Amino acid sequence: MTGIAGADMARLQTGSLREREAPWKHSPASAYIRIDRVSKKFGEFTAVNDVTLDIFRGEIFCLLGGSGCGKTTLLRMLAGFEAPNGGRICIDGQDMAGVPPFKRPVNMMFQSYALFPHMTVESNIAFGLKQEGMPRNDIAKRVAEMLALVKLEEFARRKPHQLSGGQRQRVALARALIKRPKLLLLDEPLGALDKRLREHTQFELMNIQKRLGVTFVVVTHDQEEAMTLATRIGVMNQGRIVQVGTPQEIYEFPSTRFTAQFIGNVNMFEGRVIEDEPGHVLLESPDLGGRIHVGHVITSARGAVAWAAVRPEKMILSREASREPFNVAAGTVREVAYMGDVSIYLVELNSGKTVRVTQPNTRRHADGAFRWDDRVWVSWHESSAVVVTE
Amino acid sequence: MVRISNPLPHRFAITGRRLVIAAPCVWLLLFFIIPFLIVLKISFAHTRLGVPPYTPLWEWTSQHALHLSVTAANYLFLARETLYLDAFLSSIKVAFISTCFCLLVAYPMAYGIARSSARWRNAMLLLVVLPFWTSFLVRVYAWIGLLRNNGLINNALMGLGVIHEPLVMMQTDFAMYIGIVYSYLPFMILPLYSNLEKHDTTLLEAAVNLGATPFKAFLQITLPLSLPGIIAGSMLVFIPAVGEFVIPRLLGGNETLMIGRVLWDEFFNNRNWPEASAVAMTLLLVLVLPIMIFQRYQARDAGTGLHH
Repeated sequence: MTGIAGADMARLQTGSLREREAPWKHSPASAYIRIDRVSKKFGEFTAVNDVTLDIFRGEIFCLLGGSGCGKTTLLRMLAGFEAPNGGRICIDGQDMAGVPPFKRPVNMMFQSYALFPHMTVESNIAFGLKQEGMPRNDIAKRVAEMLALVKLEEFARRKPHQLSGGQRQRVALARALIKRPKLLLLDEPLGALDKRLREHTQFELMNIQKRLGVTFVVVTHDQEEAMTLATRIGVMNQGRIVQVGTPQEIYEFPSTRFTAQFIGNVNMFEGRVIEDEPGHVLLESPDLGGRIHVGHVITSARGAVAWAAVRPEKMILSREASREPFNVAAGTVREVAYMGDVSIYLVELNSGKTVRVTQPNTRRHADGAFRWDDRVWVSWHESSAVVVTE
Repeated sequence: MVRISNPLPHRFAITGRRLVIAAPCVWLLLFFIIPFLIVLKISFAHTRLGVPPYTPLWEWTSQHALHLSVTAANYLFLARETLYLDAFLSSIKVAFISTCFCLLVAYPMAYGIARSSARWRNAMLLLVVLPFWTSFLVRVYAWIGLLRNNGLINNALMGLGVIHEPLVMMQTDFAMYIGIVYSYLPFMILPLYSNLEKHDTTLLEAAVNLGATPFKAFLQITLPLSLPGIIAGSMLVFIPAVGEFVIPRLLGGNETLMIGRVLWDEFFNNRNWPEASAVAMTLLLVLVLPIMIFQRYQARDAGTGLHH
């Protein structure tokens, strides 16, 4: 199976999990991890700012954000390496305040893997069980199971420095899973792997998660990784959770400009609300050089500044003007990039703004394709845009 | 490319690279190998009255024949006379105990320095090295001032009324161990520090995350990973401590038998240079073993790339 097919398969599987189970739609009381108004300061710097979050059993929850957004600090507070300055963390109904990290029902896979360099693969994996004082025979049995799970049977006697990056990653995973934790924390789990290995490992991770029924909390800065792995994503910015939702919700209905711009590509049109009726909103946008009609409701005063976000693939490029009086602008094609399945066009609108449009290459021959300096019309359906106010 | 104008064949050319390699070789030859060979030669000679106080190993007799006189008597005497064996064993015991105490004191210090903030670290390292700026002898004499019957410690304790008679500390093993541990402590701290400072603290977090208490994490992760530092520091203390002469002489009791002292007595009191040389050669042999162990560990450490 190729890496790409694996990733696609993984996407399909979580898709079905999302539809079927969606534990976050249950009552919040059943949350497995409750993060309640948690803050963390390092001196003057607020790393985590008043975060409230419920994570449910069996989820792969991704904390997504740029560097310094507080996602790693939040993860370290779950593991018990940092104590919150305010707020409460409950895991499985138990308040974690004052519980030292070695007594938490939580295991972690570190970004650097943190394998013990003086121990063999076997001893690394056995470490957690050895601390519990489990009989030697039982440990050996469990280690063998884990080695089989991560397909490292023939590397049991090697030291970490004799392994490749992908093998080390699997040792780290096996070591973190051997105590059968209810909650596994993963810090940039695929960060150190090359692209091909990432896609394959991603699929393996999800497979293992499903088989063992572990709850995963994953920290990542890579939106693609978050989109494919996660059942839900929590987008973080400057210590706060900006938005929580399924990958689809985050992509299709971003609630802020930050989310819209952080995840995927987006064209953002600034405008003023001139009509806010039940059922639709009308913006006057100098960016577009016209009006924007959006088929959903926002809560905003007339005259307020708002932004319409439109994904490049939801825009339509044509040589004729659309019949609608809104969601359309004329422009000139400035750049064309042929990607195989799609082509990307950068179109400079008459207003001076440049927008990004992707069009599927539905025909093999590029007879009707747009070329540099073509005069074109850019338009979109009223359901395609999302209005955000902050 | 052939440079015909070069007057020297290539393999004899003086290059910067060769000079750099040659410098330590010349140094070793002049100040280690030649003196070593001289001592080795003397150890096989007979003692005699005169200058030098030993017989030459070879002589041209008046008949132009080479006359060799080599004797193993000095070594045989070493083996027969229990004084020497006792001195060796006693020296090794003293060095071993001193090394253990040095390790016990130095490990927490090195650990503390390695874990402190960068700002404090340099200041503390400086404090560790600072005693080297004053003469070793002055520092040992300072201990006499502290430890003797009317010294600082006894006066303070009696002034406070803790004791009524001075504690006898001078000329005891206690004073000798204090002196040795104090003097050699930096040699233990520095290699330990340079090892501990390289440790990746996420390893400890990983261990604790897997259920090890901080103490168990230390025993299972930090301690084994610092073994090369422990061995390096122990060798740096043990090897010179075996031959230590000044500290036992100044602080220790008269009954403390050390091989360094025996060596001194043979040389200066008995003027038995051949016997003294034999003692020195034997001491060297005794110490070569731990040095080789040390070398092997260093090589192994570098080989596995433990800290990279």
